[in-house]
Amino acid sequence: MGFLEVKDLKVHYPVRGGVLNTIQDYVRAVDGVNLTIESGKTYGLVGESGSGKTTIGKTIIGLEKATSGKILYEGENVTNRARSRKKKYANYNKDVQMIFQDSTSSMNPKKRIIDVMGEPMHNYFDYTPDEIKRRVAELLDIVGMNPEAMYKYPHEFSGGQRQRIGVARAVASDPKLIIADEPTSALDLSVQAQVLNFMRRIQKEYNLSYLFISHDLGVVRHMSDNIAIMHKGRFVEKGPKETIYNDPQHIYTKRLLSAIPDMDPSTREEKKIERQRVEAEYDAQETEYYDPDGRVYDLQSYKGNHFVATKPEGSNSSLQNESINTGGEA
Amino acid sequence: MAVEQNLLEVNNLKTGFRFGEEYHNAVDGVSLTLKKNEILAIVGESGCGKSTLATAIMGLHDPNNTKISGEILYKDLDLTDLNERLYNRIRGNDIGMIFQDPLGSLNPLMTIYNQIAEALIYHTDFDDKQIRARVLELLNQVGIPRPEQIMKAYPHELSGGMRQRIVIAIALANKPPIIIADEPTTALDVTIQAQILDLMRDIQAETGSGIILITHDLGVVAETADRVAVMYAGQIVEEAPVDVLFKDPKHPYTRSLLNSIPHELEEGEELHVIHGTVPSLQHLPRKGDRFRPRIPWIPDEAFDENPELTEIAPNHKVRGNSWKHFHFEGEEK
Repeated sequence: MGFLEVKDLKVHYPVRGGVLNTIQDYVRAVDGVNLTIESGKTYGLVGESGSGKTTIGKTIIGLEKATSGKILYEGENVTNRARSRKKKYANYNKDVQMIFQDSTSSMNPKKRIIDVMGEPMHNYFDYTPDEIKRRVAELLDIVGMNPEAMYKYPHEFSGGQRQRIGVARAVASDPKLIIADEPTSALDLSVQAQVLNFMRRIQKEYNLSYLFISHDLGVVRHMSDNIAIMHKGRFVEKGPKETIYNDPQHIYTKRLLSAIPDMDPSTREEKKIERQRVEAEYDAQETEYYDPDGRVYDLQSYKGNHFVATKPEGSNSSLQNESINTGGEA
Repeated sequence: MAVEQNLLEVNNLKTGFRFGEEYHNAVDGVSLTLKKNEILAIVGESGCGKSTLATAIMGLHDPNNTKISGEILYKDLDLTDLNERLYNRIRGNDIGMIFQDPLGSLNPLMTIYNQIAEALIYHTDFDDKQIRARVLELLNQVGIPRPEQIMKAYPHELSGGMRQRIVIAIALANKPPIIIADEPTTALDVTIQAQILDLMRDIQAETGSGIILITHDLGVVAETADRVAVMYAGQIVEEAPVDVLFKDPKHPYTRSLLNSIPHELEEGEELHVIHGTVPSLQHLPRKGDRFRPRIPWIPDEAFDENPELTEIAPNHKVRGNSWKHFHFEGEEK
């Protein structure tokens, strides 16, 4: 049983137009998604740009409003309540934090690191200035930085260092879940390795959960326990990491996996032929996996916890998604 | 594959940027050759000078703030000596360019047709009919569906992958023998990236041109390149055919880089991290082995005073001798 559950989440944006600027249609950024996050585990969310993966993360933390559906945190309904000042939701605010892709714009350039990192502590704990200083130094140490760094400003650091500070700040409020939205896609390979290592180390130390959002299938594979593949605002496939990578079922997943560049130059030609084959299969079987409106079908259980969005047997797809038993298990 | 004469030869190229009164070299003594019929990848992390090198070859540096020395030999010309007017004849005609951001390299106010035609109007004396025929041919070549309609569209009406195809079409317009592609797929999704890389290989095979592919992505290199030059701190540290580089990398930097690619790990194992950071231009040590501060556990005597790029096997060049003594930290040689 997961401590955070997302049930049938939908985020729709109205498209206005016409003479009276009335709502003409909706952009269905997220259109009926279920997921369960377990403590101490990493949930990988993969998709191409525009698939809605970031919107899910933002809705969980309250930066976007859910149109319908529920977000349950330890059984409590917290949908669209993340920014509420009511005491009832204070825990949720403290326990769910976010790491952003662009570390530069996610920090106030006029604040020193001690202030940047001290802010969540101010908000949630009654620390004295000395305690804050001690705690910031401790956190900087965890991400491999000098305590002197706390008196510097964000621009004085390299991109990798700033991203590590971003990780440290997210940890500052003792969260249980960190939503990491493309945390390393702006970083060089060797720096990325550093940040990923820290994230894993912290995860063990604090028993953290991650919702790891990325377009990079290699990084997600490295980090995640469970994976969901997103397309057009819906999940096309989800399950434990190994099953997705070793036994992909949905054509979109296959297409995505076949597009990952291989580090072995000698298999280049075979890869290309394989890619073209999958591409052709994708075009040929589109109707098997997408309904006439181009919408992804509902997830069906394939094997155990491995779910694939395929055409329902009786072709009578009124139910949104399979019921709540999704994803979660151990 | 028939790899033969040199298309382009770069000799001891240095490109310095001005900081106050001083110039600091971002590209510091790079020599390389591009042959016909090959894709040469230049790979390295941000700040290693790979884009500066590409910009220098295209002659796009601001002469007031940069100092370029060395030679860039194309046919019987040294490109570093050319004035702007002569360079304009070369660019687009002899050297095609593909940049990272397709939206930024297209004019938002011009139709696709006009943008491709522009390259032809400038460099050929085609009449309207010939231009139209060539534009259609190009759009077909880069795999644009419904070219008749697409050529009337504006860049914002197209998807990222389509835009990059248009940029490639413009680069190809005059059948240049050399194409320089600077991170051509970095802004694209993986599925689109695969398509664009396949397209570049196909075009290369069709036209026999030489392509310089600048990238930070080792996956892209493995997928596309014939030959690879790895850059660190303004210098080439290793140069090898692509299969050799991935199978038998020698230089400590190449090996460290390949080792930090995310992969499945054993319990308790961590990704390899390269010690320290890339020094900034002003603080770059110009003497001795530039990678030395990043591998502090290697004893001093392993490093050369003045590491040179030397050929250790046919077509395989490595800078310095430190690679002979290199091992990862905590691991026996």
